[in-house]
Amino acid sequence: MGYNIIDGVKYTKKHEWARQEGNEAVVGLSDYAQDKLGEIVFVELPDVGTEVEAGKGSAVIESVKAVADLYAPADGTITEVNEALLDQPEVINSDPYGEGWVYKMELKNESQMDELMDKPAYEKFVVEEDEK
Amino acid sequence: MGGKHYLPLTDEDRREMLAEIGVSSVEDLFSDIPREVRLQRELELPSPLSEYEAFKHLNELASKNKHFNNCVSFMGAGVYDHFIPAVIKHITGRSEFYTSYTPYQPEISQGVLQAIFEYQTMICQLTGMEVANASMYDGGTAVAEGAVMGCGATRRSKVLVSRSVSPLYRAVLDNYFNSRGLEVEEIPIKDGYTDRSELENKMGDDIATVILQQPNFFGLVEDMEGIADMVHGHKAVLLVSADPLSLPLLQAPSEYGADIVVGEGQGLGVPASFGGPLLGIMAAKSKFVRQMPGRIAGETVDSEGNRGYVLTLQTREQHIRREKAPSNICSNEALVALGAAVYMAAMGPQGMREVAEQCLQKAAYARESITALKGYDDVYAGSTFKEFTVTVPGDPAELNKKLLEKNILGGVDLAPFYPELKNAMLFAVTEKRTKEEIDTLVRELEGWK
Amino acid sequence: MRKSKALLFEMSRPGRRGYSLPSNDVPEKSLDELLPRKAQRSEPLELPELSEVGVVRHYTELSTRNFGVDTGFYPLGSCTMKYNPKINEEVAVLPGFAFMHPCQPEETTQGALELLYNFEQGLKELTAMDRFTMQPAAGAHGELTGLMVIQAYHRSRGDHNRNKVLIPLSAHGTNPATVSMAGYEVVQIPCDDRGLVDLDALKEAVDETTAALMLTNPSTLGLFEEEIIPMAKAVHEVGGLLYYDGANLNAIMGYTRPGDMGFDVVHLNIHKTLSTPHGGGGPGSGPVGVKERLIPFLPVPLVSKEEDRFYLDYDVPETIGKMHSFYGNFGVAIKAYTYMRMMGAEGLKEASTDAVINANYLMSLLKKTYYVPYDRICKHEFIVSAKPEKKKGAGAGDIAKALLDRNFHPPTVYFPLIVDEALMIEPNDTEAKETLDAFAATMEQIAKDIDEDAEKVAHGPYNTVVGRLDEVRAVRNPVLIWQKDKE
Ligand SMILES: Cc1ncc(COP(=O)(O)O)c(C=O)c1O
Repeated sequence: MGYNIIDGVKYTKKHEWARQEGNEAVVGLSDYAQDKLGEIVFVELPDVGTEVEAGKGSAVIESVKAVADLYAPADGTITEVNEALLDQPEVINSDPYGEGWVYKMELKNESQMDELMDKPAYEKFVVEEDEK
Repeated sequence: MGGKHYLPLTDEDRREMLAEIGVSSVEDLFSDIPREVRLQRELELPSPLSEYEAFKHLNELASKNKHFNNCVSFMGAGVYDHFIPAVIKHITGRSEFYTSYTPYQPEISQGVLQAIFEYQTMICQLTGMEVANASMYDGGTAVAEGAVMGCGATRRSKVLVSRSVSPLYRAVLDNYFNSRGLEVEEIPIKDGYTDRSELENKMGDDIATVILQQPNFFGLVEDMEGIADMVHGHKAVLLVSADPLSLPLLQAPSEYGADIVVGEGQGLGVPASFGGPLLGIMAAKSKFVRQMPGRIAGETVDSEGNRGYVLTLQTREQHIRREKAPSNICSNEALVALGAAVYMAAMGPQGMREVAEQCLQKAAYARESITALKGYDDVYAGSTFKEFTVTVPGDPAELNKKLLEKNILGGVDLAPFYPELKNAMLFAVTEKRTKEEIDTLVRELEGWK
Repeated sequence: MRKSKALLFEMSRPGRRGYSLPSNDVPEKSLDELLPRKAQRSEPLELPELSEVGVVRHYTELSTRNFGVDTGFYPLGSCTMKYNPKINEEVAVLPGFAFMHPCQPEETTQGALELLYNFEQGLKELTAMDRFTMQPAAGAHGELTGLMVIQAYHRSRGDHNRNKVLIPLSAHGTNPATVSMAGYEVVQIPCDDRGLVDLDALKEAVDETTAALMLTNPSTLGLFEEEIIPMAKAVHEVGGLLYYDGANLNAIMGYTRPGDMGFDVVHLNIHKTLSTPHGGGGPGSGPVGVKERLIPFLPVPLVSKEEDRFYLDYDVPETIGKMHSFYGNFGVAIKAYTYMRMMGAEGLKEASTDAVINANYLMSLLKKTYYVPYDRICKHEFIVSAKPEKKKGAGAGDIAKALLDRNFHPPTVYFPLIVDEALMIEPNDTEAKETLDAFAATMEQIAKDIDEDAEKVAHGPYNTVVGRLDEVRAVRNPVLIWQKDKE
């Protein structure tokens, strides 16, 4: 299946994306993840200032029949959340890498970003996932 | 032969089916059960009864019991002898309703789903709340789960419960909270009412939920003025357990600022059935809906724009949220809720008001007549709805024994619940009681001792 | 044929009445004399106003918009939608049962207590447990009761470090939800390729923090956990207990018993195995049985017998307290007891036999067309995965909708979670071979339809009173009650 996997962001194994901007990262759900979840109806955002840990739940994304944790791609602190999602969570479906961003975080350790997958690696990963 | 006629497979069927499966005997289908755990004998159960024998046996058991049709009941404490319109049994007896499962497939479950939606609406009309669920198990579990909702909404772990809340419900609450590691503290009573100054003393920013009952366990109408403001001042949640049959007369809990309303719905046309199945009512302001346990029906449209109903906001529930769900409830009391909906629809606003007024008037008459007797006094002064407490000149159990000789089910002894109340009883008087029945009770009480 | 049905509120006419009450015959006082003004309702009550016939027609029409076991085949996996014998309904409404107050003096309730007592004896024999409480009102309520009893047991031994409950990944949602509710942490145990609990992973996971293992056997995949003996041993060796989720007991009655498998606590869903109707969502009943050493922790009251007298027994030294306002769903127990008495030992065993034959037979028919991920002898139910069909454009949920058009209730879909596009099929003991043949033929036809026009199948159903309902809209824009001004 054709998922939109873009350049310029890094991907986690749990299908989050993160785009580094200085010592900050913008975080969202990949096109693959939003497709698997289906129509997103509710988002629970963390409070600004919350400390998050790589691989731990940091926001909750819900479709009609599923609840997914959004895991932090790296350690850090939430600096901004996309409040527009509270009213229009479906933006994650229509524009996962743009208007559908979930939060921004200050990175505690920028090198953690290097451990994430780039576009070619993630493309391969998604194909494997789909075959399971 | 017993009940084997419920099993349609013939020996011939079984042979053909085993052949299709590709095994030679039934035994092959059970070979995955290790020998060591196989039952090496037949179960030892009484020999099977035919349908008629079963009826006879059950009828014999039933006839050993006294009940509302051969006794006059003044028992309450959460379950009452209210009038049950004949229509209810005929509707809940329609097997398209009672033989269905939870409506997971909405397109063929519109009947149950619409009935739940209408039930939710009527519960909200009674309570003044904005959302209601499809039911909880009973009043006690509704109190406990409502209290947990407050903890979820406030992210706090301690609740205050008035000692005037049913001790049966408090027992369930204690149990639920104890195992979960949440804390319950009791607010003492003063003259039968929630002690307001004690409530204020105990109130703090660590309290999630304040739990009151209206009318309270003693039948007294609590003064709710100002409580919600005080509770909300601490950003806590006010939970009220209300008797739905009192609500046509008493303030809707929304009027005094309740956030969550629960209660026992047995009075809404539900047979007492020795205490179950009952009906746990649960309603709330809409901002609490995500913490609400249980099934909720919602309106939507189909592909052609026709209005229809589905179970909605399901991500709250155990089948999706699993260990993060606010509650584990799955099956509820749907058919009982359907019966309650039929009750409310048949009674309508006037019928329900008449029931409430008659309860009020008849209970007041009974209370006045009993307390006029020598040796019988109010335990607590103050306005009551359909129940009241009196001290009696002797052991309540003995009094009930004597009343039983006249086929009267007397009051409930309070001592097991409130050890400080000796020789005190809780009487309930519903719209079904006549003046003559009340007068008979009074005569019997007068003649005792 | 498609149409929505008016709501009660839309049919209401001011002044119309559907009730008849006796008149008030006691001297009347003014309302203000009896109730403080400020406690009185200020807004008049808004409820619909209908005639009795109006109410009856409304609900009768609603009933025609609903599907039950009496309507047709209902192979809803894990739910055991067997036929609900009519005699059960008749005896449960006998006035000597239905109109009893729970606080009546003991001498007026002997028949009810005798029933509960005898029912308990039967459940004990069926499960190899030593004592039962009838308080839990459903399976999930039983799970909570059981874990609380386990918790009280550990605490009574000063064993306060047990904070984990193990459950297999295939477990029903109520299991992990219950674990949290009881204040425990969930530890998930994976399944192996056969679909059985991974014994090595289980052995790895147990330690002195293990409070219990919660298991249903046969599992939600319909498979018997063959390694139940070493599993039980592994848990018991570290001091943990075994909890049996009895939702699937219909597969094994008379063949094996939870107590003999090593379980310490069980709940039964008597609205499944013991034939009581599910009522569109309840009432159910979830009696909990325990082994001897856990009896002191059961909820009060129990039902006991002394000579010829039955009584409510509050003498349970370390009781957890109460789970229900009174004694649980007595009205449901009556029906299950009646069923048990009519079936007897042989009948119950035959019910399990036929449930298992039916499941295996239907599986062998369906696997000609569909993918069966665990292709081995099953117990009362089995799983089909519609992953191949999904790739063609119509998945498990769409197959379910296609079944609606053919007058079958669909299987459980998308559960257990460990199988993609799962269809969980439980034909149960009260279905005839012809019914299974017809269902299999229909499923085959649906597979063909998907091959020909998956898109069409993905947009069904077509013959139901409403079309596919928009569940996204129901969540995004929740309308949970009818409101006057909104119309
Ligand atoms: C395996 C299993 N466990 C537990 C339950 C919960 O039972 P109940 O709905 O009676 O609470 C179910 C019911 O669906 C089940 O299938």
